[in-house]
Amino acid sequence: MVLVFFTYFALVSIVAGVMTVALKHPVHCGLALLALLLHVSGLFILLNAEFLWAVQVIVYAGAILVLYLFVLMLMNLKTDDRYLHSSYRYFLVPAALGSVYVLSLLLRSPFAGARGDAPTVAVLQDGDTYAVGIKMFSEYLLQFEIVGVFLLGAVIGAIVLAKTPKPIVDKRGR
Amino acid sequence: MVPLSAYVAVSAVLFITGLLGVLIRRNFIIVLMSVEIMLNAANINLVAFSYYLESMAGQLVALFIIAIAAGEAAIGLAIIIVVFRGKISTNVDEMNLLKW
Repeated sequence: MVLVFFTYFALVSIVAGVMTVALKHPVHCGLALLALLLHVSGLFILLNAEFLWAVQVIVYAGAILVLYLFVLMLMNLKTDDRYLHSSYRYFLVPAALGSVYVLSLLLRSPFAGARGDAPTVAVLQDGDTYAVGIKMFSEYLLQFEIVGVFLLGAVIGAIVLAKTPKPIVDKRGR
Repeated sequence: MVPLSAYVAVSAVLFITGLLGVLIRRNFIIVLMSVEIMLNAANINLVAFSYYLESMAGQLVALFIIAIAAGEAAIGLAIIIVVFRGKISTNVDEMNLLKW
């Protein structure tokens, strides 16, 4: 059952990712990106990360994507004829070869490593949100605060950048 | 049981798709969307390793990545609005004021 859901989420997210890159109209690309984000959040559910699922749906699909669509609607979009890089054919073949090579390496690798301190049974006992919260506000408190300051800086920067510039007044001619 | 390498393979394919989008697309907004695809691929990787190696650290880093993606989207879109106000184009080839 998990395998069926994994196959569905993986295939749809890959197809949506390719459509995001390949579609011509930017609004269609945004909607394909929405499909990608929702299916990636489905993958998070399969990995027992319900909190990240909620964050992905709320922050990515709810806030970031709406911001993209808002800017798309705000600007009068003209799809220019030359919408690809002029020498994109030279990128395609090395990218395809590189991806096949990386995939063959990945499917062969065992990925063994040191186990952490949060086995699935212990996480499922109190829920994923509890485990994330305990970890975040004990060991990762400094990073949490840094992210808060970063977001404040990003908000101020966005406001300052997008502000309508004042017309320049010549101060000498008073 | 889905093997870990399946998740990593999905993540790799998505990452390469996003990288290709950044390289070949010329619309600034779609370039930013491709960056979001790459960040999502990294998130899948982090959460998959967090699940299979039984550690919470991956999920926390994925959370911080989502926060940083939100900041990046806000700043990027503000830059698009500024550029679009000056010259009516979102083609990244025509934004070459800082190029030397």
